[in-house]
Amino acid sequence: MKERLEELRGEALRELQEVESQGALNDLRVKYLGKKGALTEILRGMGSLSAEERPVIGGVANDVRAAIEAVIEEKQVAFQEAETNRRLAAETLDVSLPGRALPTGAIHPLNKVAQEIEDVFVGLGYSIAEGPEVESDYYNFEALNLPKNHPARDMQDSFYVTEDILMRTHTSPVQVRTMQAKKGEAPIKVICPGKVYRRDDDDATHSFQFNQIEGLVVGKGIRMSDLKGTLLQFVQQMFGSQAQIRLRPSFFPFTEPSAEVDVTCVQCGGHGCRMCKGTGWLEILGCGMVHPRVLEMGGYDPEEVTGFAFGMGVERIALLKYGIDDIRHFYSNDLRFLGQFARM
Amino acid sequence: MKVSYQWLNEYISLEGLPAEELAEKMTRGGIEIDGVEQLNKGVSGVVVGYVKSKERHPDADKLNVCKVDVGTGEELQIVCGAKNVDAGQLVPVAVIGAVLPGDFKIKRAKLRGVESQGMICSAKELGLNDKLLPKEQQEGILVLPTGTAIGAPIGEVLGLDDEVLELDLTPNRSDCLSMLGAAYEVAALTGRDVKLPNNSVLHAAIKTEDYVSVDVQATGQCHHYSARYIKGVKIGESPLWLKNRLMAAGIRPINNVVDVTNYVMLEYGQPLHAFDADKIPGGKIVVRPAREGETLVTLDEQERRLEPHMLVIADGNAPIALAGVMGGASTEVTGDTVNLILESAYFDGGVVRKTSRQLGLRSESSIRFEKEVDHAAVVPALNRAASLIAELANGLVAEGVVESFTREPKPAAIHVSLDRINDYLGTSLSSLEVRTILARLQFPYEMDTNDVFTITVPTRRGEITRDVDIIEEVARLHGYDNIPTTLIHGDAIPGALTKPQAIRRELRKRLADSGLYEVVSYSFTSPARTALFPVLTGDAKHVKLSMPMSEDRSVLRTTLIAQLLETAIYNRNRRNETSALFEIGSVFHTREETLTKLPQEKHRFAALLTGNRKEKAWNEAPAAYDFFDAKGIVETLLSVLGLSSKVSYAAANPEHFHPGRTAAVTLETADGPVVIGYVGQLHPAKQVEWDLADTYLVELELAPIYELADDHLVYKPLPRFPAIERDIAVVVDSAVPAAGLTAVAREKAGELLESVSVFDVYTGERLGEGKKSVAMSLLYRHAERTLTDEEVTSLHAEVVQQLEQSFGAELRK
Repeated sequence: MKERLEELRGEALRELQEVESQGALNDLRVKYLGKKGALTEILRGMGSLSAEERPVIGGVANDVRAAIEAVIEEKQVAFQEAETNRRLAAETLDVSLPGRALPTGAIHPLNKVAQEIEDVFVGLGYSIAEGPEVESDYYNFEALNLPKNHPARDMQDSFYVTEDILMRTHTSPVQVRTMQAKKGEAPIKVICPGKVYRRDDDDATHSFQFNQIEGLVVGKGIRMSDLKGTLLQFVQQMFGSQAQIRLRPSFFPFTEPSAEVDVTCVQCGGHGCRMCKGTGWLEILGCGMVHPRVLEMGGYDPEEVTGFAFGMGVERIALLKYGIDDIRHFYSNDLRFLGQFARM
Repeated sequence: MKVSYQWLNEYISLEGLPAEELAEKMTRGGIEIDGVEQLNKGVSGVVVGYVKSKERHPDADKLNVCKVDVGTGEELQIVCGAKNVDAGQLVPVAVIGAVLPGDFKIKRAKLRGVESQGMICSAKELGLNDKLLPKEQQEGILVLPTGTAIGAPIGEVLGLDDEVLELDLTPNRSDCLSMLGAAYEVAALTGRDVKLPNNSVLHAAIKTEDYVSVDVQATGQCHHYSARYIKGVKIGESPLWLKNRLMAAGIRPINNVVDVTNYVMLEYGQPLHAFDADKIPGGKIVVRPAREGETLVTLDEQERRLEPHMLVIADGNAPIALAGVMGGASTEVTGDTVNLILESAYFDGGVVRKTSRQLGLRSESSIRFEKEVDHAAVVPALNRAASLIAELANGLVAEGVVESFTREPKPAAIHVSLDRINDYLGTSLSSLEVRTILARLQFPYEMDTNDVFTITVPTRRGEITRDVDIIEEVARLHGYDNIPTTLIHGDAIPGALTKPQAIRRELRKRLADSGLYEVVSYSFTSPARTALFPVLTGDAKHVKLSMPMSEDRSVLRTTLIAQLLETAIYNRNRRNETSALFEIGSVFHTREETLTKLPQEKHRFAALLTGNRKEKAWNEAPAAYDFFDAKGIVETLLSVLGLSSKVSYAAANPEHFHPGRTAAVTLETADGPVVIGYVGQLHPAKQVEWDLADTYLVELELAPIYELADDHLVYKPLPRFPAIERDIAVVVDSAVPAAGLTAVAREKAGELLESVSVFDVYTGERLGEGKKSVAMSLLYRHAERTLTDEEVTSLHAEVVQQLEQSFGAELRK
């Protein structure tokens, strides 16, 4: 029996040595170690052995089983490794090929900038007020201290629909509407964004349609120094903490005193460059203390409350912010232009 | 307004204040200086020469050889090509070593064999603005008036050693449309004194009232009229100093009388007019409204048709001038004029403005009247002009001024306290500081013990009428830079977006993040484009601009998709076949032919998809947009806004949409279902016409969405019990909408049906013509317990049965 076992070991190891596939290996496992396999077959004869022989032969049989199992295990690992290697080789990708992009579109740069400006002011406690783009002469001019035939009306050439209805030339009528709606209640802190229209020949810096954002603050004890402080806060949030402002006396019929506001040149930081024509400053907005006539027409007593107002062109800010050379790009909506705003 | 530095220096000392510095000071004080122009464009070494003789060049027909005396004792031989050069003339001579503008150096030269020791110059060669010179002076050399000193540097003679400040005036500062106004401004900025011009008149022994009568009939439009009579003038050229100053201000010299009126206008800001007195019968001047049908030939030789709202100066019967705008040709001062009536008046700004606008006639005079002149300058300017005419044209000025006042000038008295000034500006100015500023402005004031100022504003600053105007003067002269920077005190109010604002932002963000590009298009469009999609305008009309810039931009948009199509076509023309666009904006609807009230402005959302949803890539085939991409946009957005359960879609067939691929979008509102817009394919005929790929459009009304959107997100607990999923496929007529099947399933199964979704739609021969198979997946769940298989099976069977009943559906096995 012992001889038969040794013979079996030799035969099995020989056959296993030559095995080349997982399938053949499985077959050999069944052939030698299976329930009906050769080893079991031999061990069936154990019953006829004497009590002394039985443990000896048992030991040999276990050795033989262990030897065969060890080789099978060894083969098994080798086969798996080979299989893995085959798979890895087959699955290798050209990782230089492009991946699948997430969809990316873009908010229009004018709205992107407008939202940014709005966010700054909302953060400062302002609400956003809106009004019609087609306005009455009363709200667009008269209630803003610009009576008919006033020479200052020359400052804005308008698109009229009828004698009394026109495309608003600024978002200031929203200020009047806001004051009237508040019925004398203070304080008011609003910004008024929106489209406005002025008769202008379109060129690189002019567009008959453009966007404004105006602000209005009305309350007890509002001072011109508050206006300066507010604008400084705004430009520093918009253009960085190093930005400074400079006010120059100017004229708007709806404010008194009035000022034009320059901000430190965004390009050169105030040293002087081509963008700022060597001055170090860029004009970005107009502002002033709300004219008492405007407060009166809005339903407020100028002896009781004061206020300030400011206004800026969104296009102007966007041109400066992104270094865009032609205002007409905003309205031609060329995808090659819009596509550039699909990023932070 | 152009202000000559040297001229200004006559009214206020500019010592130690170079032009550039002055310009900066004025700009920072509120009078913006657009630029400082050097009158000398680079001329040096040019002197006045006397042409002693002129001979034809021996070898050149067009050249002359001149002998010129430039005051050095040595006679220069100069070859000159100008036609108008002649012996006896005084001319500008660039001698050897001189430099002309453009760094052009004059050297010894030989012209066709003849030596030339310099060059006789034209106005242009000297860098002068020759447009203001008479024609003959533009074409040839500049001929200087007799009496000009030989050898004098030309810069001195022509006033070139000067700089001109270009004032860019805001409408409230018309006071600076004059040299004196500018001088008062500089005085306010520097504290220096203003020197007024001499306007004392030495009159002859005749009286104006014997020659002139003034009858102001239009009392509302002419507040003050004054006139003087000047006898025996000798019309001629003005002296160079006068011409130089006019030209520096951009005004063309005409003759000594007209030049004086312009000169004094520049000095005082008060326009003047000189009439040829002998052309006005009886010297009778009437100021009245024009009569219907009257005409007037103005100085520019145009015949003007007048209207009753216009103000004229008339003689006994016909108009002789358009008040404040332009004189008439019939009474023009010409070389033959001997006697003058000189006018200085205050015409109403509004009247002059309206006339000048209507006739398209803006003059130096109308510009000043429009912005209101200074009452107090009317007569001083008249006298100043009279004295200059006496001096320069040898006129005899008659005694007295004939004048008519219809409104007495009343200087405004304004009260303002020191506290009010400081409270308004946020400053802490002392009474002394404010008094110093008022003194510099030359505003007389009184101050009471409570530091309340009562200020009498001179009429030259007529726009100052209220306390805030005074505060502005104080602020700008104190310096805006010196106003502190403070923060608003008082309670902080939180800022926030309104619901519509928040919704628009949400939509923008979602759409951009999903690959669409936002467009901002023009609100102005063509009537044809507003008519494209009548279903989106209903019975509303478009709003027309009264004076559009072009037909293409003559009306307000009534839909957004018409604008998006324009953008898609624009991009297609630039080889971008694919566009995924959206816009959020207003459209304008009205029911009126001529607006008597504001039109309706409707906020809308629109999207356009054309071309490829997926471009071809190494690992993917291209895929074109289809209807369900567009519908998916609507569904997703409405779902984001919590409106999924309120929206439904129904096949629709509006004009210029694809009849089989368009749905009306209906929202369930408090007032019942309302169609809020459409999603569909552009009609293939239009698509071909515009050469676009298949194009899908969405346009929705935002107002109902603003109202119904659910912006209040509340967490729902996660399900604690398992769901049971059952699939079902039914065969129905092709016309049965899938949404009908799912709705019936939902209704029948009730609360236990968590969701139902269509996962397959199949048509094929096996089903027979006009049939389709719709496969749905139904998910059942009970919130409180685990459903039993039996419960679901029986409920599911009821659903199937209902589908059979409602749609004749057959269960597909």
